[in-house]
Amino acid sequence: MTATVKKRKKLWKADEVVHPFRVIVHKEISDQVNSWRFIILLFIIGLTCFGSMYTALTNIGSAVQANDQEGNFLFLKLYTISDGTLPSFFVFISFLGPLLGISLGFDTVNSEQTKGTLSRLMSQPIHRDYLINAKFVSALTVISVLFFALGFLFMGLGIIITGLPPTPEEFWRVVFFILVSILYVAFWLNLAILFSVIFRQPATSALACIAVWLFLTVFYNLIVNLIAKAIAPSAMASTHQVFRYQEIIMTLMKILPGELYSDATTTILMPSVRSLGPLTMEQIVGAVPGPLPLGQSLLLVWPQLTGLIAATVFCFVLSYVTFMRREIRSR
Amino acid sequence: MAENIIELRDLTKKYGSFTAVDQLNLTIREGEIFGLLGPNGAGKTTTILMMLGLTDPTSGSVRVCGIDSTSSPTEVKKKVGYLPENVGFYEDMTGLQNLVFTGRLNAVTGNEAMEKAEELLEKVGLTEHSGKKTLKYSRGMLQRLGLADVLIKNPEIIILDEPTLGIDPAGVREFLDLIVRLSREQGITVLFCSHHLHQVQQVCDRVGIFVEGRLLASGDIQTLSENLFSGSPYTVEVGLRNPPQGYHDQNSARWLRDLLGNIEGVGKVSLNYGKYIVECRRDVAEEIAARVVEAGAGLNYLNKKEYGLDDIYHRYFEGRGNNE
Repeated sequence: MTATVKKRKKLWKADEVVHPFRVIVHKEISDQVNSWRFIILLFIIGLTCFGSMYTALTNIGSAVQANDQEGNFLFLKLYTISDGTLPSFFVFISFLGPLLGISLGFDTVNSEQTKGTLSRLMSQPIHRDYLINAKFVSALTVISVLFFALGFLFMGLGIIITGLPPTPEEFWRVVFFILVSILYVAFWLNLAILFSVIFRQPATSALACIAVWLFLTVFYNLIVNLIAKAIAPSAMASTHQVFRYQEIIMTLMKILPGELYSDATTTILMPSVRSLGPLTMEQIVGAVPGPLPLGQSLLLVWPQLTGLIAATVFCFVLSYVTFMRREIRSR
Repeated sequence: MAENIIELRDLTKKYGSFTAVDQLNLTIREGEIFGLLGPNGAGKTTTILMMLGLTDPTSGSVRVCGIDSTSSPTEVKKKVGYLPENVGFYEDMTGLQNLVFTGRLNAVTGNEAMEKAEELLEKVGLTEHSGKKTLKYSRGMLQRLGLADVLIKNPEIIILDEPTLGIDPAGVREFLDLIVRLSREQGITVLFCSHHLHQVQQVCDRVGIFVEGRLLASGDIQTLSENLFSGSPYTVEVGLRNPPQGYHDQNSARWLRDLLGNIEGVGKVSLNYGKYIVECRRDVAEEIAARVVEAGAGLNYLNKKEYGLDDIYHRYFEGRGNNE
């Protein structure tokens, strides 16, 4: 008996008054971590990570010979190379990240409503925004812990198996890669939260999220291709026209959060990437081929990061405002 | 007289062109059990939401415990426990965990919340189910857990919105007894919203009748019936075995009216499901009996009716029907 009491005390800080916001966050995190969908996703993500680790390790030998320029950043190659059978780590994350965000967020508000707990919760002496903020913070915490754990696990396994220690710069690049991944998932999480505020049924909001995801990953590319074909300049077109054409297509593609994410991660994980847009011959002439320092790489992806942050904040603000204006009735 | 703990002044709530609550004035005194009685969609829940500051009134003011609910809802929610209609709990948590969670939201330490939760579970008779997930609770158990959930914050006022919905009659009686006992023991003011007349009548000190966003009348049941039936405070039901011109015929009602005509105080006579309803200003049951027997109409039923909430309620709806 005393043992359980002690355990309780440890778990809850039972002798202190905990701020209600933290109480909700604690509960939400434990809900998330104990839910089946999280366990299933964790299993899938873990499995794919080890799969990509395996292909990376089996191919790392050939990767070094093929390209000497990045020989200094051998460790980062673990995250990016693949032999074509299995995608690399960061491609997996860009694919599974949205799924993770959606599954953690699609029923945040509407399930409380359908279960009838929302009005009970709202009648407690807490501010209304505590709920939606706590939901966001808890899901973000879960994602952050998961990604840092995965990323560092990957790094640790890489060290053990290859025997290569990462340089400090490589380490920081990996940390930034993880942070960008968290930001990317946070965007999808907020989109899912927004839909969970708008739609009363969890199933509807899940479908809406998946529809948006499919549109952005599959159909948007098709549409851009169609546009590209329609406005393609003739073979006789001047360089200026071709340049303009390329720019339009790239601008269209860069609306996609997925594109922003892959641009950002590629630049961070491959120091040799010097530009994300078209380069003219004048710009290349005289450039010494070599990797960029971390600061320059970050500067290069700054627009992408800003775009992702803006999209995330936009979704959150929309859901916040919608939720605050909603009249809460039971069921 | 105790002070007014809830004061609503000219409270109005409009949804577009629809007026849910219309110029509502209501005061509830400390320590009383007030029944807010009205049909579905009368605006009861909207009124409650405005009291808790969960929705803003279009105009008018709400003061609960002397605090303005619209401007400082959090302060009000510290003092008011609200049991919503169809209350829900986190299904993958046990009853005890749900209560402790609510307790901790009210800035109580984990240990205190635990003690209080166990004490309340015993009060509402759920101790043996405290370790069970609420998914497995029955409707009645959920309502009792809801009551415990409301009480864990040591409220000054509790608001119960249709708390007896979906509970069997024995459960309802138990639940109502529990509410009355708790209210009397701890001096908690109770606002009980329902469309069940008899339950309200059983437990409430005062009643307000609330229809289409307007409070039609309020007061204790005695006052209400006196006001309402001031014209004809007594009603006698008469049943006849062999009425002269058959039942279901308004002529027979006229016949009875003529028969009783010269008794002083007899008012309207009508026929209702085979029984004559005689409204009168004083107690004339004895004289009516004498007249009917004299006429040889075969008196087989005579009932002096006392007014309950049921009649008050119906009287209002009749009145409303006539006006429209």
